[in-house]
Amino acid sequence: MNAQAPVNLQGNHACALGAIAAGCTFYAGYPITPSSEIAEHMARELPKVGGVFIQMEDEIASMAAVVGASMGGARAMTATSGPGFSLKQENLGLAAMMEAPCVVVNVMRGGPSTGMPTRPAQGDLMQARWGTHGDHPIIAIAPASVQEVYAETIRAFALAERLRTPVVLLVDEVIGHMVETVTLTPPTEEEKGARKWATGPREGFKPYRITEDGVPPMPRPGDGYRAHATGLTHDEDGFPTQDPARVSVVMQRLLGKIDKHRAIVDRWESLDCEDAEVVVVAIGISARAARAAVRMARAKGIAAGLFRPVTLWPFPEEAFRAAARGARAIVVPEMNAGQLVLEIQRLAHDGQRVMPLNHFDGEPIAPREILASIEEALT
Amino acid sequence: MNERPAPDSLPRDGSFEIRDWLRLELMPHFMCPGCGHGIALRALLWALDELRVRKDDLAVVSGIGCSGRTAAYIDANTFHVTHGRPLAFATGLKLARPDLTVVVISGDGDSLAIGGNHFLHACRRNLDMTLVLLNNEIYGMTGGQVSPTTSAARFTTTTPFGNNEPVFDACEVAKAAGATFVGREATLQTPNLKELLKEAIAHHGFSMVEVISDCTEIYGRKNDLGNSPEMILNQKQAMRPEAYRNTVDTPFRPNPFHTGVLAKRDRPEYLDTYRARTEALRKREEGK
Repeated sequence: MNAQAPVNLQGNHACALGAIAAGCTFYAGYPITPSSEIAEHMARELPKVGGVFIQMEDEIASMAAVVGASMGGARAMTATSGPGFSLKQENLGLAAMMEAPCVVVNVMRGGPSTGMPTRPAQGDLMQARWGTHGDHPIIAIAPASVQEVYAETIRAFALAERLRTPVVLLVDEVIGHMVETVTLTPPTEEEKGARKWATGPREGFKPYRITEDGVPPMPRPGDGYRAHATGLTHDEDGFPTQDPARVSVVMQRLLGKIDKHRAIVDRWESLDCEDAEVVVVAIGISARAARAAVRMARAKGIAAGLFRPVTLWPFPEEAFRAAARGARAIVVPEMNAGQLVLEIQRLAHDGQRVMPLNHFDGEPIAPREILASIEEALT
Repeated sequence: MNERPAPDSLPRDGSFEIRDWLRLELMPHFMCPGCGHGIALRALLWALDELRVRKDDLAVVSGIGCSGRTAAYIDANTFHVTHGRPLAFATGLKLARPDLTVVVISGDGDSLAIGGNHFLHACRRNLDMTLVLLNNEIYGMTGGQVSPTTSAARFTTTTPFGNNEPVFDACEVAKAAGATFVGREATLQTPNLKELLKEAIAHHGFSMVEVISDCTEIYGRKNDLGNSPEMILNQKQAMRPEAYRNTVDTPFRPNPFHTGVLAKRDRPEYLDTYRARTEALRKREEGK
């Protein structure tokens, strides 16, 4: 297959191909609708590149195996949906604490609990940020097209590896199952991103050393460092500490790690926001509808714009503020009872009216509904 | 404080030296006086030493609890992970790094309660690693709550009127789940435990060794089981070595246990099978 020739692919398939292109060598998963196609494709593709696929006994085990493989040096991933994402939170926290690079795909379905397995939703936005207990660094990316699923899966691996952090790819069921034409451009080595491996003497080596960029070089098992990694709060030497002065220092490094790299982490799309009176903020399939709604509004002479965070967490605050500065109102369509809107309310400091538009009935939001909200926002 | 000579200043006689395998900078360790886990740790390191495993190529994964904290003392690549998940973590680690010798140290709560599912499937899967299950019949780290291996009628903080649940026999469960190497030994017989662990680690496939260990400070004290030497000598009462299985059949304790190699089977190892199935495919792809 010519990598540059456009092909028709489902979002979940594009995710698997993106992972392979990004150099993924390990996948552990558990079947769950609507993400199972990712596991199925990985089961077929990984052996071709010398990688390993394993279906574990449960979601907890698959996340634990991903962290284990990652600590061994593999570029590792898993994919799941709501109920499985809940179960993965335990070891997602371990990945954040041990600083094990990994990619966790969540193809969102209706919730809570078993919810609506085959219906789309965007109900896990807050869980993607705060799902595991305790303060922790994490990145979440929300693609809005099959092409973007491919590209952002590659970027998710790059960020995970470079920053030693779990990265969540938040895909809604519509994007996961939708078929679109994509070009599978192979990433450059730079785009793949490399993990910073420890080099140099073992004597005095500190596996969680505080470095300028906040990312400690990782000791590869077998390279002679014989380091300790733990889910306990640990000092730079990797061993547990409860000394408040030390905990404060090492946790500040851990929690501030992502912020040092906002230049490569932040990504957003800003469409017609320069003169917009109403800015629509949305992700995933809701952003696709919002784009159509903005076009319809413009056709009617309403100055509307779209701000779409591609990296959802950390939220691209500066870009959003710049996009919304001149607006009178902000409309936030999302397929949940109101999660993204909380972040927008937090950031809208220029007197804008913030209007939520929520669906939690398993149906995507239609452009005309968003258009109605845009019109209402200006009244 | 007792004045003790620095470990490195002590004379050597050329035999196994535990100090060669420990992170001495972490001493004193935090285990209670009389705890059996230190004996088990010694036996494990002794086995690894005799097998000439290189510390750089050794990965030790442990979960949560008293058993979980033992891994950090080993001078190797050590991973102290979430409660009950060391087998799942180790599965990923071993699949990614088949070149490493992977040993999992876990406890009765860690592997038989919260990690029970992973225990069953690790036994079934037969990936080449060794589980050292330190069974002290109690959740010691959290203050002495009942575990799946707490003997009948014993008192714990959550069985204030005596334990009314039957025990899990880890070895029988492992055998039923398909483990290809199952053994049990008590801390009383450290050389035997060392030999058993050697055989387990050398076994190509999943091996499980249950170590009968004592929690003196919390479990022993609460149940009036005597002091540490008394508890460890009492192991003899319940111990029924496999070699004498047919001659000793009267249980001395409500929970007698068999020791030695309890099961050894020949079954293809997980990664060997996976590689065999996918090798042709990979070669075809490489030829493209």
